[in-house]
Amino acid sequence: MEAESAESAWMNEHTELTLEELASLSGLSEEMLCELVDCGALAPANPGGMQWTFSARCVVTLRIAGRLRNDFELDANALALAMSLLERIHELESQLHAVRAQIPRRFA
Amino acid sequence: MKYKDYYAALGVAKDASAADIKKAYRKLAQKHHPDVSKEAGAEEKFKDIAEAYATLKVADKRAAYDRLGSHSPGQEFQPPPDWGGGQGGANFSFEDIDLSDLFAGLGGRAGGAREQGPRMAIPGEDYEVIAKIALQDAAQGTLVDLNLSIPEYDENGRLRRVPRTFKARIPAGATHGQRLRLRGKGGKGFNGGRDGDLFLNIELLPHALFRPAGHDLYIDLPLAPWEAALGATVAVPTLAGAVNLKIPPGTMAGQKLRLGKRGLPRAQGEPGDLYAIAQIVVPPSLGERERELFKELADISKFEPRSHFKTEVPDGS
Repeated sequence: MEAESAESAWMNEHTELTLEELASLSGLSEEMLCELVDCGALAPANPGGMQWTFSARCVVTLRIAGRLRNDFELDANALALAMSLLERIHELESQLHAVRAQIPRRFA
Repeated sequence: MKYKDYYAALGVAKDASAADIKKAYRKLAQKHHPDVSKEAGAEEKFKDIAEAYATLKVADKRAAYDRLGSHSPGQEFQPPPDWGGGQGGANFSFEDIDLSDLFAGLGGRAGGAREQGPRMAIPGEDYEVIAKIALQDAAQGTLVDLNLSIPEYDENGRLRRVPRTFKARIPAGATHGQRLRLRGKGGKGFNGGRDGDLFLNIELLPHALFRPAGHDLYIDLPLAPWEAALGATVAVPTLAGAVNLKIPPGTMAGQKLRLGKRGLPRAQGEPGDLYAIAQIVVPPSLGERERELFKELADISKFEPRSHFKTEVPDGS
């Protein structure tokens, strides 16, 4: 068995990624990512900066977006729409999870 | 190598047109895509559909697949000796590869890095796996055993499925739904391509007492009617042992009592909170004296728990 030696990082708002890293992690091209920024589906952490950085939180949605683009041959517009719906589903699922956690177990 | 019927996977005839194959794929993909569908086994179903489509949508690959002949699904078989034009040669063994790996290595698909020549840098694939861990382990950090079957390129650039087992450390601060990226722990890169990453999708196993919501935790706090009415100090379990919690007099069922920073720790920043949700419970059976005292309370109390009914609902009389 290999000893663990991997460098690990949480994909959350505390980890920042460059455009290049985001492309590599999501499987989407840098051009496609820029189009998604133009469509408002993806927001850089520093919109006015010389070199954009992004919160690693968006990797989760972008990896799904990358798969959907490949498997359904989606263009940037369709992908932007899919991403906003994915974000909404994610938010609603988190809320549902939080609400369920507050229901007393004997009535759940 | 086991035979798979790609036409059956897409539900089309062997002489189906390219347009019909695409249509059948799209219909099935919308139904079974694991990012869209929540049905059990969607991922496996979609893998079969996608694998079939990846081969049948490209004319060259479809022709090569057709040249394999017809076999029963799952049947062990070897491609004919002249099949594939030099894929392997005499020393090549088909035993430990998957049919899909065979076609992934074939030319003809536009845009795939693998097909752009043997000297191209080929990045290793990224993998996503679910890691189910106990709440206590999420709080303290833990080592998990991961078993993966990863296709890797050998020294000749051919794909092989290699079972890999390794331990991965999940640092403290995890919660349900978070992703941890383990750099370089995915598929091996080839010709100088980067190694793929492994993404752990964290799922928390149900706990007997605590229910997580983000980094906050919820626990049911059953109280006897007199504890809720008179106030009390009760021991409440937390991840770091029991603490005494002061219940204020007049505590209502459903009221949340916050124990600050007693939730799950975060990788960065303050830990979440623990909320005890008050529940008023009555003894399942009353002793004689208990019954007398409750009866006495019922007789002397002027408390009207449903007084608001009168203002909201018109009197039926």
